[in-house]
Amino acid sequence: MKKAFPIFALLTLVLLSYALYEALVAAPTEQTMGEVQRIFYYHVPSAWTAFLLFLVNFVASIVYLLNRSDKADILALVTAEVGVVFCTVVLVTGPIWARPVWGIWWTWDLRLTLTLVLWLIYVSYLVLRRFSSGSQTPLMAAVLAVFGALDVPLVYFSIWYFRTQHPSPVIGRGGSLDPRMTRVLLINWAAFLCLALLVCWSRYRLERLKREVEETQALEALLEPKGVR
Amino acid sequence: MSSLPTISTATLTKDLRLEWRSKDAINSMLFFALLVVVIFSFSFNPTAEESRQIAGGLVWVAFLFAAVVALNQTWARELRNQVLDAYRVSPAPANALFVAKAVGNFVFVSILEALMTPLFIVFYTLRALGPAWQLIPVAMLGTWALVVNGTFFAAMSIRTRSREIMLPLLLFPISIPALLSMVEGTSAILTGEASAKFWIVLLAVYDLVFTSVSLLLFESVLNAE
Repeated sequence: MKKAFPIFALLTLVLLSYALYEALVAAPTEQTMGEVQRIFYYHVPSAWTAFLLFLVNFVASIVYLLNRSDKADILALVTAEVGVVFCTVVLVTGPIWARPVWGIWWTWDLRLTLTLVLWLIYVSYLVLRRFSSGSQTPLMAAVLAVFGALDVPLVYFSIWYFRTQHPSPVIGRGGSLDPRMTRVLLINWAAFLCLALLVCWSRYRLERLKREVEETQALEALLEPKGVR
Repeated sequence: MSSLPTISTATLTKDLRLEWRSKDAINSMLFFALLVVVIFSFSFNPTAEESRQIAGGLVWVAFLFAAVVALNQTWARELRNQVLDAYRVSPAPANALFVAKAVGNFVFVSILEALMTPLFIVFYTLRALGPAWQLIPVAMLGTWALVVNGTFFAAMSIRTRSREIMLPLLLFPISIPALLSMVEGTSAILTGEASAKFWIVLLAVYDLVFTSVSLLLFESVLNAE
């Protein structure tokens, strides 16, 4: 596994550069929106990756609640962290695209609001992990993750109804996507998934090492009486 | 071994009696909500028509903030003298404690709402144009939605550093759909422009989901070491 990591890192780098070239150069320019549409190749794959990571976080949290496995807890932690980063990318690139195309930075549209609420929920999850100490942190975090995931459909329905009542100025990309654009989008998504996996992987290793060090230190402190060296 | 209703009732009676004698939570909540009402009234200074549209938001934000004051005190009393530890080693079902605490908070927040609503009506000259009786299910289901999650998260936040600030950070994001339903439902009833039925159903579903999951997971949170 140790050897696989640098190889995978290199592959990800190559794929990311290729995806960058495809998105900025090879993909056709969109007719009405122009060059700004290219942000779409970062925005959408980031969103998909973030949602996928949050899904993994939910599953890992359930697994932790069932069997209290340390691995599931670390997986939940790293997917939430990396998921929040990708979700932030979505929330930042969205308005950059929306300003020239829609004429506004933000609207309380269904997808936008849902993404924002997801971001809020998982930031509160990370805050909880940061502020609670000791061995009960994983349990608290797993419980909150379950609450958060159950909240998502309720958020969806509430905003869906909220929005149908108050129509918003714009929405919808409409029409069908050029097949060349779909290809670039999928290449970018693959690259982003690899990047996410890479970051999660290294973060996972780091967290495991950190816990091992903590355990060893705690054990040493127990074995060594105070003041004796 | 006593059953869940017996223990719940005993805990609830104890909490209500303590609150009746000290009036800690209810006084601080009332004064806090009063401050929010006055400050909002200054900052917006609305006409009767405008206030009908914004009142739903104002009322529920005021109640939400005030409820956090009470929710934060839910478990504080049990931490002193290691009551929670004693409860953990006793054979009593954990959910009995949770139900008692949640119902207790529901009673406190409902009293607050009953006392504050006339004040809102006076300050904002409110009159419902829709079916006013629907405000009762919205208020009851909405209060339970806040209180059931609030009680649960308060039990989690007492185990963290800076526990007072932790509760709203956990509670508010999860409460967004409930809060939206309360605000929109109330506005729909006050303005009479739309039906509040969808929001009432959504609140009921929200209550059902989170009450079940709280009862399912409370024991592990109580026993977490």
